[in-house]
Formats: sequence, structure tokens, C-alpha cells
Amino acid sequence: MNLPVLKAADFASDQDVRWCPGCGDYSILAQMKKILPDLGVPREKTVFVSGIGCSSRFPYYMNTYGMHSIHGRAPTFATGLKSTRPDLMVWVITGDGDALSIGGNHFIHCLRRNLDVNIVLFNNRIYGLTKGQYSPTSTEGQVTKSTPMGAIDHPLSPLSVALAAEATFVARSIDAHVQHLGKTLKAAAEHKGTSLVEVYQNCNVFNDGAMAYAQERKQRADNVIELEHGKPLIFGAERDKGIRLVGSHLEVVNTADVPADDLLIHDANDPNPSIQMMLARMRYPEMPEPIGVLRSVAGVSTYNDQINEQVTQAKAARGEGDLAKLFRSGDTWEVTA
Amino acid sequence: MTTSTPTTNKKIESVPGITVRLCGDSGDGMQLLGTQLTNTSALAGNDVATFPDFPAEIRAPRGTRAGVSGFQVQFASESIFTPGDTLDALVVMNPAAMVTNIGDLRKGGILIANEDGFNDKEYKLAKVESNPLEADVIDQSYRVVKVAMTKLTRAAVAEHGLSTKIADRCKNFFAMGLVYWLFGRSLDPTLRFIEAKFGKKPDIAAANVAALRAGWAYGETTEEFSESYQVEAAELEPGTYRNIMGNQALAWGLIAASNISGKEMFYGTYPITPASDILHELTKFKNFGVRTFQAEDEIAAIGATIGAAFGGTMAVTASSGPGIALKGEAMGLGVMLELPMIVINVQRGGPSTGLPTKTEQSDLLQVMFGRNGEAPMPVLAPRSPGDCFAMAVEAWRIATECMVPVMLLSDGYIANGSEPWKIPDMDELPTIKCSHPEEHTGEGPFLPYARDENLARPWAIPGTPELMHRLGGLEKEDGTGNVSYDPANHQHMCDTRAAKVAKIAERIPEQDVNGETSGDVLVVSWGGTYGACHTAVNRCREAGHSVSHAHIRYVNPLPRNIGTLLKSFKTVVVPELNSGQLRMLLRAEYLVDCIGINKIQGKPFAVSELVEAISKHTSTQSHSKAG
Ligand SMILES: Cc1ncc(C[n+]2csc(CCOP(=O)(O)OP(=O)(O)O)c2C)c(N)n1
Ligand code: SF4
Repeated sequence: MNLPVLKAADFASDQDVRWCPGCGDYSILAQMKKILPDLGVPREKTVFVSGIGCSSRFPYYMNTYGMHSIHGRAPTFATGLKSTRPDLMVWVITGDGDALSIGGNHFIHCLRRNLDVNIVLFNNRIYGLTKGQYSPTSTEGQVTKSTPMGAIDHPLSPLSVALAAEATFVARSIDAHVQHLGKTLKAAAEHKGTSLVEVYQNCNVFNDGAMAYAQERKQRADNVIELEHGKPLIFGAERDKGIRLVGSHLEVVNTADVPADDLLIHDANDPNPSIQMMLARMRYPEMPEPIGVLRSVAGVSTYNDQINEQVTQAKAARGEGDLAKLFRSGDTWEVTA
Repeated sequence: MTTSTPTTNKKIESVPGITVRLCGDSGDGMQLLGTQLTNTSALAGNDVATFPDFPAEIRAPRGTRAGVSGFQVQFASESIFTPGDTLDALVVMNPAAMVTNIGDLRKGGILIANEDGFNDKEYKLAKVESNPLEADVIDQSYRVVKVAMTKLTRAAVAEHGLSTKIADRCKNFFAMGLVYWLFGRSLDPTLRFIEAKFGKKPDIAAANVAALRAGWAYGETTEEFSESYQVEAAELEPGTYRNIMGNQALAWGLIAASNISGKEMFYGTYPITPASDILHELTKFKNFGVRTFQAEDEIAAIGATIGAAFGGTMAVTASSGPGIALKGEAMGLGVMLELPMIVINVQRGGPSTGLPTKTEQSDLLQVMFGRNGEAPMPVLAPRSPGDCFAMAVEAWRIATECMVPVMLLSDGYIANGSEPWKIPDMDELPTIKCSHPEEHTGEGPFLPYARDENLARPWAIPGTPELMHRLGGLEKEDGTGNVSYDPANHQHMCDTRAAKVAKIAERIPEQDVNGETSGDVLVVSWGGTYGACHTAVNRCREAGHSVSHAHIRYVNPLPRNIGTLLKSFKTVVVPELNSGQLRMLLRAEYLVDCIGINKIQGKPFAVSELVEAISKHTSTQSHSKAG
């Protein structure tokens, strides 16, 4: 078959993008447009579903099908759509407030059902659209418009939540790390089952630099560790630091001091999420924060396959539904004139 | 198994109809007994109407008044529309059942009591001083028949070697046999039921059959009954009939609508009484292409429904009032997206968790207005169990013709009630055409919000090349569907969405009237009160009053002739199981004064109370006319 070769620009809608200049959302949009042509899915078979928030304006900027829905509920719309139209590639675009606050429930259930959709969670650790209140991922003590004396909630990690829900694909990337971001989105798209990609996204208006330690090229090497399946966990500008598993916790070591064999080898395919959970819990500044694919487990049935399979099975076992026969099933009686 | 029913040697009296209520502890199997009696009566050609009434607790404390479960059925040789007001016969399994129900038994009616259920322990549980059966007034007012049902059942099933506990469970079949004898019902349908249900446990099946036959034989031999009663078949319209319950009819209507419109169905829901049975019923029909989704909550249920509608599927969600409250925001989105779908509300007593197992009609204003912003939705309300079928099909027809979410408003009384349903011929079913544009025609970009003569926009679905578009809850520019903050466009879009719903009046039938189209009193009702209002109005008319009845099934928009109709009567009376919601709408819309008959007790109207209330507004007029 001769598919037309599409370019990034073909995925751009005719709508003006209205994010604040300098917002990290632009980079995510650009990477998405860049990887989509490589996936070989036509534009008309691609759907973006979003909730509400700055990030959730995303679908308007894509020349695909799209739905900008209601706050926190994007996974539910995606569930109905993908269950009835498994032929479509469905992306869920959400923010940290959208996915974890108002939509926490749906987020968990979408992951545990393993619906075959790709969730991209733009995490700027703040509420952008409502102008600067703290979010479920804001750090403790963070001063925001709604927390003048500092946030007192303990933050939630989307990766930990996803692993606890037994998600089959869990990854993280960074708006400013464009190659890594593109690669990660592509891996997510290729996964069968729910994929979650958390993207550190700078809100330069309300939370500028909150994740500079991970975003800025200079600091990144020491504060972030890039996970690759089957490879040892090594990081640092000089690649002189590594991660070792000691008992039931992880520690940072100097690669010069320990034999190479002692370093933890990343196993993204391990169905047991215990070590992946330890990685998800690594926090700056005590530890480098992991990016890349934490978990990618294949072979778990998807909700959309199963719901359709039951219909196929029922039709095979009982034949296509026959209305006239249904009406006359059970006890009936005749009334004659 | 011999399946024939013996014939009685006693005298048979012919009566036009019987109303009987069966009550006992919620573990006594009264609902099963009631359903069997209903089916058997329907198969005998009687018109039937039922009213199950159960406690809110799954296992309310045994023997207490709170734990009484009842099932009322009226069967008759003429058309009936309600389960009846006063009882001709009452069967009680224990003192609690007796004291909570005896008030509805007519003077001279038959009281059949399970004597074995009456002892000191049970009196205490029922909070009565002494044996209520012994009270003088009981003997003087009713024909009391005391039957040692437990003992007789044990004897009847003894040869099957069951434990006492299991043997005692068969006593509802004994009671059934006795009732069947008394009203000349055939045992055959129930014998078939036992075979189908307990066939895999032959000893239980055999014991139930023995108990059923023993009950019948008891009626035939006991001196207590010198005669039994016979209700002839009713003169229903010719055709093939079956008995159907409201929620079942709703589910079947949805399946039919999906089938005739060539669409597979997606049903997203979260369990809630009394809507859950629609889900239970639909899950049986996956071979009709029905996909059911039990969501994590009502918001997810409607979210998934909207997602499925976007994908081009027939999408339905259902709940009861509390869940509909949760769906409010998403319904508003559905209105903005202008996608076809059905939202079902099976009302129960509110507010809040209210009376979950009791009926009420108090969500009308909720479904009319319970969304933020100006978000009008069509509202349809079936009037009886069988009518749920037709209205489900109507809801889907309107949803697709107009690209709009449609609200279907049922209630607990309709949902759990049952009646004979004339099976429609396939060619009687309306046609519903669903189509999706397949390609972009015309100049310029595709316009997802271009409108046809119904003001409906095209249902373009993902997967169609060149028709890519984005929907969303932000106000849309008409035509292009682009986000628009233009004030004039917002006004235009609000007006258009309202006009689209209002225009539906052109494609629904005019309001029909039982009686003359002008006169003294017009009774206007909607939903599950149909039967009681219809019967009450007929009684008033038979008594010579000038009363007519309009029962509204299309609540929004209202049929186009309603205004004229209201103005053609001296008095408009609106009976509702709420404090006056339809009345408020009618007064607001037509500036016609309306008088309410309102009740919020979790109970349906009795015909007699309506006759009395309506007569208050007619007697003077008809007297003066007569004079
Ligand atoms: C039901 C409801 N409640 C509240 C809001 C207001 N609201 C819109 S977006 C938002 C938070 C968005 O934060 P986040 O998800 O982090 O997205 P961002 O804007 O930062 O991309 C809130 C509270 C709403 N639109 N709907
Ligand atoms: S408020 Fe923050 S997240 Fe929103 S567009 Fe502006 S920079 Fe981006």
C-alpha cells in the first residue's frame, strides 16, 4: 500500500496556538507533531482527547480528530471511544491537576484496565489555567497563590500511582530534552495497553524553574538518570555515578569505587513492579530522578480487546441477535379477535 | 414430571378481577411468588398490573416491620391500568407482614395467614402485644383463613430428605399453590419455571413441586373454602403478548433501536437502584452487539458514553437521581458537542439517597434544568412498563434526527412493575436512519457545525478522511466549530441549541386526550401516574363529571397543542408524586393556573384518592349542569 508521506506540518491545525510565550507545552506539541508521521497511522485515525487546563488545549492545535472534554475526565471519554473504535489511535492529554486531583479516580481505573491509549501527563507542578494555585505534585512548603504560608499536602508522584495501579507502560521525559521526549512518546505509542508518559513541563508564568534541575542542560546530567532497558544505571556529567541496590533500597555510588557488576541493571520488562517503584521514588535532591521507560510489560490483555472479544464470542455462540426471536422468548400467549 | 393442573370439584364463582397482595419477611420469597402469579395470570389472558414493594435493606432484621417485603398484583378480565387500591385478598407469612398491610384489605376480603409464623417470638419482633389474628375486629371484618404452612410444607416435602431449613424455604411454593387454587390459576407455568430454575438440583425441584401441589390440594380439601374464583381472559387487542417489566422493556427498546438503526450499542453505567436492572438485562445481549461498561462512577459512565457517541456508536447511560446529579457537567458537554446519546433517569424518592426503593417523580426539574448554563435537553417520559419500549426507541430517533442528547425519565414504579405487552411486528417498528458523512464535499474546509433543516449538525466520525475536527466544551463558532469568544456568536449558539430542541415539537405527536377536548376539568399527568390518573378520570366520567385526561409522554418540548388544550378547560388539575414540578412548568410556559394534587410518601397514587381530589373540582360544576 502506498501511504502518503506526512510531515510534522501536516499535523498542525489552522488554529493559533495560544499558550504563553516560553511555555513548555510548545515543545511537547512540536515533538508530538514530529513523531506522528513515523507511526504510520493516518491523521483521520488519530484522536486526541483532553481534560481541562492549559495543556488540554492541545487537541485544538492538531489536525486530527479531537475532543476537549471536562476537567479530569479525559480517560473516561477515551474509554468509550477506544472500546467501540479499537481501530483508532487514541491519545489522552492531561495536566497534573487534571489527572491527579479531580481525575485521580479515572486515571487509576484507566491504567488498571489497560485500555490501549497513550496518556501524556504534562506536569508543571502548578495549576496554570486557573492562574497559579498549588497542585497535587507541588512540593511541600511551596508558596503559591492559594498557599501563602506554604503547601502542607504531601505531593503525589504520578509514576508511583501508575505503578501501584499495575500500569503496563510507565515513562517520564522532559519538555526541554526534545530528543528524549520524542523517543519516549514514540515508545509509548508503540506499546499495546495504557501507556503513561509524565512530562516535566515548565510553566514559566506561575512556576518558572520549578524543575530547572532536570530541564537545564547543565544541571541535568547530575540530577537526572536516563533509564535504558538492560543497561546499568549510570549518570553524571562524567558518567561517574551509578545506582546500586542494597537490601531494599537504592543508593548512589561512585563508579570508580564499585565493580561494574554491582550496579543495578534496569529491567523495564519485569512484571514485578517493586524495583521500578523504587526508581519512581527517587527524588531530587537526594537522588537523581529517572527519565525514560520505567516499565514496559507486554502481553497483558487490554480492556478494548476484551470488551469486543466478548461480543464476538457471544455472536459466535448464539448467532447474531434476532429481535423477533428475542421478543418471543419465554412465555407468550395469543389473543384472537 | 406431570405438568397438568388438576381441576377443582368445588364451586367456581366468576369475578371481573382480583387484587391480591403477598407479604412476608424479605427472605420469604414473596417477590418470586408474586412474579409467578403475575406470569401465570398473564398467560391466562388476564390483564395484569403489579407493584412490588421491598425494604431498602438487603437483609432487614427478620420478622420486623422494616423487613416486610410485599408484592401486589391485580388481574382482571377488563383493561386495567393500576395494581389496584384495596385488596380482595392478603396473604401474610408473619405478624409484621399482617399489621403493616391489613389496612389495605377491603371489608369482607380474604386474609390468609401462615399460622406457624405467629408466635411469641414473632410478636416481639413485630412489636405487637399479642396475636393480631385473634383480635375481634379481624374476625368481624375479614374472612380469616389460618393455615399451618410451615408444618404442612414440612410434611409435603418430607420424602425428599431435605434439612428442616431448606424444607421451610419451600413454604412460599405452598402458599403459591393455595393462591393458585383459590384463583383458578394453572400450575403449569410455575412447574416449568421450577424445572428451569432448579433442574440441576433435582431434590430441591421435587420438593418445590411437592409444596406447590400440596398448597393446591389444601385449598381443594379444606373446609375453609367452599368455592374458588375465576377471572376470565381480558379483551385485549388481538396479537401475541408477553408479560414485561419496565426496566426490561427499556433494555429491549434500546436493543431494538440499536438494531433498526444499524448501530451497535454502548451502555456505560454505574450501579444504582432502581436503574441497575437495565444493566443486568443488557449484559445478556452481547450477541446483539451490546457493549456494557460498568464504570468507576457515574461521571466515568457518561464520559465513556459521550466518547462512544463521538466514535459513531449508539451510546446510552442510565442512573437514578443522585447519579444524574453527578452527570450534570457531562450532559452540558453533550449539549455543546451536539452528539446523539440517551441519558436515562429511573427516579426514586429523594433528595440525596432518600428512599432508594420507593417511587417518586421529583427529578423533573433536575433533568430539565440541572446543568450549568443554558443547556436544554429533550425529555421523554414513558407512562407504563410496556411503554418504556416505545419511548426508548423514540429517544434514539429524536437523538439522531436532531444530534442532541435525550433524557428518558422513568421511575421505580414503572421500572419494577409489569404488564402484558403486545409484541410488535418488525414492520411496525419505526425506521431510524443514522448516517455519517463519508467525504468532504463543497468548497473550503469541512464545517462540523453546519446545520440541516432540523438544525442538526453532521455526525462526522473519526476515521473519515478530510473531516478531521475538534469538539469541546468551549463555545463553538457556528459552522466552523472553532473556539469562539464572540458575544454575538454565543447568543446565536444558545438560541440555536434552544431552537433545535423546541423544533422537536414538529416531529412528535400532538397531545391526545381521554375525553372531550374542552370542558370543566382537564387532568394533566406524566410518567408513572398514568394508570392511576387514567382510571380515576374514567371513574369521574362514569359518575357524570366533565373531566378529561391528557397524559404527557413528551415533556420537553411539550406537544404543540398543549397550550390550547389547557385554555379549553375551566380548571386544570395536575396530580404528581412531587410538590408540583410539572405544574410549575405549565404555569410558567402557558400562564394558565393549575391546581396540584401532590403526594411525596414514596407510594403511588391510589385511584380512590385521585377520584376524591379530582371530584372536588367537578362536583359543583356538574351539579349546576344537571340542575
Ligand atoms: C469541574 C471543574 N472544576 C474546576 C475547574 C477549573 N480548572 C480548570 S483547569 C484547572 C487546573 C488545571 O491544572 P493542571 O491540570 O495542572 O493543568 P495546567 O493548566 O497546569 O496545564 C482547574 C482547577 C474546571 N474547569 N472544572
Ligand atoms: S500558564 Fe503556564 S502552563 Fe499555562 S500556558 Fe502559560 S506558561 Fe503554559
